[in-house]
Amino acid sequence: MVQTLLKRAATLFAVVALITFAAPELSAQQVNPTESAVQEEQLMRALQSGEAVSGRITIPDARAGDLIKPDNKGWADTHGGTVKTVNVAAIIGMLVLLIGFYMYRGRIRIDSGPSGRTIQRFNAVERFAHWLLAATFIILALTGLNLLIGRAIILPIVGESAFGTLSGWGKIAHNYLAWPFMAALVVVFIAWVLQNIPDKTDIEWIKKGGGLFTKGIHPPAKKFNAGQKVIFWSVIIGGAALSFTGVMLLFPEIAGTSAQWQFYQVIHAIVAGIMTAIIIAHIYIGSVGMEGAFDAMGSGQVDVNWAKEHHSLWVDEKLAREGRAAPSSGGGAPQPAE
Amino acid sequence: MARMKFLCDADRCIECQACVTACKNEHEVPWGINRRRVVTINDGLPGERSVSMACMHCDDAPCAAVCPVDCFYTTEDAVVLHSKDTCIGCGYCFYACPFGAPQYPRVGNFGTRGKMDKCTYCSGGPEADMSQAEYVKYGSNRLAEGKLPLCAEMCSTKALLAGDGDIIADIYRERVVTRGYGSGAWGWRSAYGETISV
Repeated sequence: MVQTLLKRAATLFAVVALITFAAPELSAQQVNPTESAVQEEQLMRALQSGEAVSGRITIPDARAGDLIKPDNKGWADTHGGTVKTVNVAAIIGMLVLLIGFYMYRGRIRIDSGPSGRTIQRFNAVERFAHWLLAATFIILALTGLNLLIGRAIILPIVGESAFGTLSGWGKIAHNYLAWPFMAALVVVFIAWVLQNIPDKTDIEWIKKGGGLFTKGIHPPAKKFNAGQKVIFWSVIIGGAALSFTGVMLLFPEIAGTSAQWQFYQVIHAIVAGIMTAIIIAHIYIGSVGMEGAFDAMGSGQVDVNWAKEHHSLWVDEKLAREGRAAPSSGGGAPQPAE
Repeated sequence: MARMKFLCDADRCIECQACVTACKNEHEVPWGINRRRVVTINDGLPGERSVSMACMHCDDAPCAAVCPVDCFYTTEDAVVLHSKDTCIGCGYCFYACPFGAPQYPRVGNFGTRGKMDKCTYCSGGPEADMSQAEYVKYGSNRLAEGKLPLCAEMCSTKALLAGDGDIIADIYRERVVTRGYGSGAWGWRSAYGETISV
């Protein structure tokens, strides 16, 4: 019995010795989770642009897995900084430019005076498409601009409650009027694209400054002069950019990640500011800036002398076409004065 | 006055979700909105850490900066709150927040979201303190009763600390010194532009 006891004591001693001396080697092979703990600073430094520190969550919405997205602050700064500056500078800059131009040139008159006879420049479809585009653009521009600078300009005047209500309706108007705007853009494109393709006449027109800066200079032009072609293509390209980015903003699921939404939003806001400035100039020349210009879109009928001075080649083409056709009924092109 | 902050000690957080449940229950937060959530980083790997995240009530809050209707305001305790009456649900605050705090209750046409909802540091909104109107819109107002946010009070390991920024920074610093390690005051650099150095 003592022998069994001794044998067991020896086995026990051996096992304990083995564990004691083997243990340090074991722990050296173990992982120390504390030392390999993820550090916030490490993760933040390793982030590329657009990335987030993210992990596993129990919420079905995958976006909740992003713990920290540092780029979001960057978008907030861009929105309040660059985007706002571009918009304000473009609009104020254009207004200053137009005031300066008006003081230098005044209202551009019909040099030979109005003749009292008219020819048709734009038909009902063209005018309808233009005015639908124009009216929707103005409301879209104002409601959009309100989201950017409204709180600095309008909020102090009407107070928070009224401004919130106004902006709420403005947002709804913006979202719904976008669709007739896009429809009108398509119609305008189809109606006028062929007549807006640049050609040699435009080079001559540009060389003479379009006659904008000197009285009595009237370079020849077809239906649309080079200045109008710039407006047309700006509207088409700018409008298309606004439409595409706008649709992305209307359907954020289609836009993709937050970074993509933010990109579309910045493009949308900057293009909108530039387009607004261009359209202000367009509105100027079509109303105050030039006598006889508004009639083109107002009634569709323009004074013959105005047409000869500003679109001489178009008048010639039109009269030649209608001269070859059967005698026109009342309301068509009257014969030029003998 | 105190400058209120949250600090989640990631080395103590055991992902029990008590903070999430406490907040949802206390304020009767609607389905689908998660004012507070627990994110687990490096899940399953050595060095896995969990962080409880809600609104950090930042200095210079980017949500307040981008809001088109200026519906945010900062209280005397430096808590960032907003008015659901003025909010137009445009979604900008969500894209500006580094922590994903703003949430929206609706999925409507053309990105209609409804009024934004987020962690209020248990201090309600612009309505009168502890009124029924305030409770319905923003949840309970514990700060007006002199209490701290319920998420931090219910934390089972005292991982989530809420209170004056200097005091909780000191608590965290003491912990890091005592145990010898700390993975950082998550979100403090983005929210307040500072870290806790030991």
